[in-house]
Amino acid sequence: MSLLELEQLNLRHGLLEAVRDFTLSVGEGETVALVGANGAGKTTLLRAIAGAHRPSGGRIRFDGADVTRVPAFRRVQMGIALVPEGRRLFGALTVEENLLVAAQPRRPGRWTVDSVIEAFPMLARLRNQRAATLSGGEQQAAAIGRALITNPRLLLLDEVSLGLAPLAVEDVYRSLASVLAEGATVVLVEQDLTRAAAVADRVVCMLEGRIVLEGAAGELSREQMTQAYFGLKGAREVEA
Amino acid sequence: MTWVNDVIQGIMLGGFYGMLACGLALMFGLMRIINLAHGDIAVLGAYLIYVVLEHWNTSPFLAILPVLPVMLLIGYLLQRLLLERSLRSGLLVPLLTTFGLSIVIQNLLQQGFSPDVRSLGANAGSVATASWQITSQLSISAIGALTLGVAIVIFGGLQLFLSRTRAGRQMRATAQDPDTAELVGINSRAVYARATAIAVAIAAIGGMFLAIRSDFYPYSGPTYLIFAFEAVVIGGLGGSLWATLAGGIVLGIAQTIGGQINPEYPVLAGHIVFLLVLLSPRGGLINLRRVTA
Repeated sequence: MSLLELEQLNLRHGLLEAVRDFTLSVGEGETVALVGANGAGKTTLLRAIAGAHRPSGGRIRFDGADVTRVPAFRRVQMGIALVPEGRRLFGALTVEENLLVAAQPRRPGRWTVDSVIEAFPMLARLRNQRAATLSGGEQQAAAIGRALITNPRLLLLDEVSLGLAPLAVEDVYRSLASVLAEGATVVLVEQDLTRAAAVADRVVCMLEGRIVLEGAAGELSREQMTQAYFGLKGAREVEA
Repeated sequence: MTWVNDVIQGIMLGGFYGMLACGLALMFGLMRIINLAHGDIAVLGAYLIYVVLEHWNTSPFLAILPVLPVMLLIGYLLQRLLLERSLRSGLLVPLLTTFGLSIVIQNLLQQGFSPDVRSLGANAGSVATASWQITSQLSISAIGALTLGVAIVIFGGLQLFLSRTRAGRQMRATAQDPDTAELVGINSRAVYARATAIAVAIAAIGGMFLAIRSDFYPYSGPTYLIFAFEAVVIGGLGGSLWATLAGGIVLGIAQTIGGQINPEYPVLAGHIVFLLVLLSPRGGLINLRRVTA
């Protein structure tokens, strides 16, 4: 059964149509990677699923319920968590406070402050440091931890490698791998095609707000994805 | 020695200004609302205490106890019914809303209580008049010491609330980034309503001290709003809470020293210090620019 269903979703930024007639279904336990050039609508799509962007048309269903009009904070309580682009930690709060503020008393589960720090060991010595003083990789780990501590059923990751040093990206993905291995349902946006294909079960290539290529991660060639990424003709034929 | 006395009197007066400024700073720090009705809300609190005292012959310090929950409720409803809607339309609309609210409160108070000048000083008994004579030129009034003590308790309590409780952490996170706060499960509207409720209740405590220290009438609010606003700006807009109390104390000291130079100068001296802080390169103006950026 699918956990998340997007039906004919339309998202706008003013007059700009960022996402058009987008239909996608994500099964429980599945990891879906969204790839595409800047401006393809990936971030807007994730924000809409999280409730931070109000759709101009279409429906979002989560676990069978229509959540299209449900505010973001309530979707967190229902089990949707977003790691936003640019991490967006609360800089004046300590790492521990960033985690505590997101913890949902009504959603107990595997993730607590201690288990998050166990999964991201680099946070252990930073626990009482203000989040603004952390390095990019550390901030990303804390931002993922802040999403995990809500014990989500659906985790949305927006460009977790953006602006990080290659080593930091390795660290973050190594920690993420253990989370993914536990069978979490994840939709992630990733610029690095190789990494996207390695992490995900399914890859969805977006161009100008539409799906131009979709397939199991193992079955899509790098060439196909590259063509879809740049909107080359070959990719459109694959879709057709 | 008179200067020492002035500074001490100024610190105690500053506690009073800090108390009045506290709620103003809380609402500004969290929602960027400058509540122009804050002074009138403090005066409203004083009138509610006056009503309680009409039915129950006791001290204002006891009469405020039933008033506080009423003020919490008023603050909550004020946010939910009025400010929340006006916040959606940008920063200017809440300013106009609170300006209008200020006029409404003043007129309702005049309607309900007549324009007579009142004071709760007599109800407070010996606390209002007692003082400790330290030396021939240095005395500490009981009400001054109590004002400062209560101000410290309020600021300390609010600080503890913000740093130790879940609701407090939610408030700090929302103040920083309301959009992301929603994404980690925080209902920012509920946070705003809680904050306004607290701000309004603290204003009522300020109103009680106002009514004991001095007299009040339906149009007293704006004068105290100006002092409270100056305290917030001197402390640095959007800065820490303790800075607001410090701002109140700086204003208080400026006023007492101004009064020492010439009895006509206290308010002027306060305004001058406020303007100097605003003009100084590291002063309020920088903070003002930062928060509006």
